[in-house]
Amino acid sequence: MSSLRIARLVARKDLAIERRSKVAINQVLPFAAITMILFAFALDSSGGESGSVIESVEVTDPQRVIRTTDVLELVAPGLIWLAVLFSLLILVQRSFAVESDDGALDALRVAGVDPAAIFWGKAVALGIQLLVLEIVLVGIAVLLYRADLPPAGLGMLAITLFAATCGLAFVGTLYGGLTAGFSGRESLLPLLVLPVVAPVLIGATRAVESAFGTDGVALSEGWPWIGLLVVFAVAFGVGGALAFGPLIDEAT
Amino acid sequence: MDGGSDRTSEQGVTSVPPVVELREAVAVLGSFPALAGATLTVDGGEIVLLRGPNGAGKTSLLRLCAGLLPLARGEGRVFGFDLATQASSVRPRVGMLGHRNGLYGDLNVAENVSFWGATVGASTEEIEAAMVRLGVADRLRTIPVSRLSAGQKRRTALACLVARRAELWLLDEPHAGLDAQGRDELDAVLHQAVASGATVMIASHELERAGSLAHRIVDVVAGQTREADVGDVGESGGAAS
Amino acid sequence: MQPERQQMTSTNSATTEPLSTRAGTGTRATRVLGIATIVMMVWLVAFGLGFSPADRDQEEAVRIMYVHVPTVWLAYLAFVITALCSALYFFTKKHSLGFDRVAGASAEIGVTFMALTLVSGMLWGRITWGVFWQWDARLTTTALLFVSYIGYLSVRRLGGSHHQRAKRSAIIGMLAVIEIPLVHWSVRLWRGLHQEATMASTDLDPKIDGLMLFSLFVGIIAFTLLYVWLLLHRTRSLALEDLLDDQGLDRALDARRHEAATAGATP
Repeated sequence: MSSLRIARLVARKDLAIERRSKVAINQVLPFAAITMILFAFALDSSGGESGSVIESVEVTDPQRVIRTTDVLELVAPGLIWLAVLFSLLILVQRSFAVESDDGALDALRVAGVDPAAIFWGKAVALGIQLLVLEIVLVGIAVLLYRADLPPAGLGMLAITLFAATCGLAFVGTLYGGLTAGFSGRESLLPLLVLPVVAPVLIGATRAVESAFGTDGVALSEGWPWIGLLVVFAVAFGVGGALAFGPLIDEAT
Repeated sequence: MDGGSDRTSEQGVTSVPPVVELREAVAVLGSFPALAGATLTVDGGEIVLLRGPNGAGKTSLLRLCAGLLPLARGEGRVFGFDLATQASSVRPRVGMLGHRNGLYGDLNVAENVSFWGATVGASTEEIEAAMVRLGVADRLRTIPVSRLSAGQKRRTALACLVARRAELWLLDEPHAGLDAQGRDELDAVLHQAVASGATVMIASHELERAGSLAHRIVDVVAGQTREADVGDVGESGGAAS
Repeated sequence: MQPERQQMTSTNSATTEPLSTRAGTGTRATRVLGIATIVMMVWLVAFGLGFSPADRDQEEAVRIMYVHVPTVWLAYLAFVITALCSALYFFTKKHSLGFDRVAGASAEIGVTFMALTLVSGMLWGRITWGVFWQWDARLTTTALLFVSYIGYLSVRRLGGSHHQRAKRSAIIGMLAVIEIPLVHWSVRLWRGLHQEATMASTDLDPKIDGLMLFSLFVGIIAFTLLYVWLLLHRTRSLALEDLLDDQGLDRALDARRHEAATAGATP
């Protein structure tokens, strides 16, 4: 059985489970949406009318002047990715809960399939669910945060989503596999994952900012960030595939 | 390094290395020695019944042979592979049915059996045949596993095992939860598996049924093993000390 | 490729006594090291608080530097050692548990030093520049690393056999070290595009006063000695803990076998 076939098998199995149970659509997506709404409550102090006014702004970069006074619009890209990160944690827990519920992870290990193939399969399924979530969240941001997406930024947005999702899916699958089946995994997973994905948060936020043109950021400024995201994704794609086998091997 | 070059099994086959070889094997759960020195040899084509009280270590013995529980001390080989260092090579040839079924609750019967069969590249016909043999091919096939009864889940799990063409079957209380018909089917499946070359180890409290199935009985007490006579099926303790 | 399963013996060349028969974790080497550390620490106090001059701008507050800079250097060194030993455990044939223990001990010490770094840095920043914190590359990396290694220590406590713990931790330890360049680079990029570094850096300024530089070196040496001393002791106490586990297993095995014998005697 070639690893590619196994990976496809595992990915399709995970997506079939999601299709049947609809946990991501019915629970995680609304959760992410609520998170975005709560962010708005916390940050938008103007009552939603005409946007907040920033009182005193230190112009630290003489070449850039803040062109908008709407707090929410300014931080919209960051909020999107925060909501994505929280949702990632839930999706990862779910991805491995289906395995450890009835001992299927044990059975997968006994099946003797290439663990790297399991890693790729689960990461792909996770990534697809994440991607759908992100697209919806971007839509919500445009609607709720009055963020404005110029057509020119669409390409950058798409590439950012793809690159960031890969990195997040790889990290999530790797650490999800480590913590699967252990008690205390609900808090161990965030503790391990969140520091690791900090570069993704930074890079993806800045890249989306340049795609949206938030605060006058030029489109070209996004490319170095995409570079960062790609490096991150490659590092954890390779590292994760190598490390996944030994990690799931050791759970009793 | 295969041992047993002069070994003759009960089937009269010579010069074939045993499928399972344990010598003073110790396996640990946390800090508790679930297996405290198990010595056991199982040849190809045998059906061995593991008998013993709860907590004796039967499940741990099976999990050790499946490569799921690491070997802490002593020696252990399955299909010639060292359990301490080559457990991952052991696993593809082993099929284990533990206390849990290893099924995906949200998927239906057919999808589960297909998945597990596909991990070894089984054809659709083989998968279909496996489901038919365990009686889950007709009206149960499209029902999500989470909605099945315990016995039906068990049969589905067995179908997955059949589809995976395991060479060593490790069954932990397989008769539990099955009705009379299910048990007969299981026995038939086991006989068929052995006839096609598999080896079976069963841990069971169903002494009469499993005892009549087995070629050999091994008592597991406090993490150690002792051979018993097949004729002592009715008694729960060791016959000779 | 047998994993190491034998009884523990000391890996310190200063003594050939097996660890199990000695009362504590001290040896001649650690005693010498300990004395050297104390001497250097005394020097540090003398030079840091006494002989070295107050800074022109920061006045006495600059003395925090003599603690802050060594601890941050040591914290990073400790984490690199953790990663190194993790790799040595994972990739060598013998899979010696000694490497795993050094990695764990180093991470514990590193986390402690890092906490000291963060606290001393915050105090220094508050006194000198009025802010407890700022989000530049170095501080951000330090903060995230601090949390990451707390995570690493949690993973070490997940349980299982010693080799299971070692394997898991080795992987996490090696992955965590990749974070250092990744986070540093991304924050540098982030801050670099928008803002000059407004805070005075903690780099060694070559124009620094000679005596201050000397005091700094004294501090670095003193803390490095302290690190090595702590590492030796902690590694050995971890070895003793593992030994205790093994002996516990021996006792449990005996108990279980006895149980079997008595069980066999009852009809």
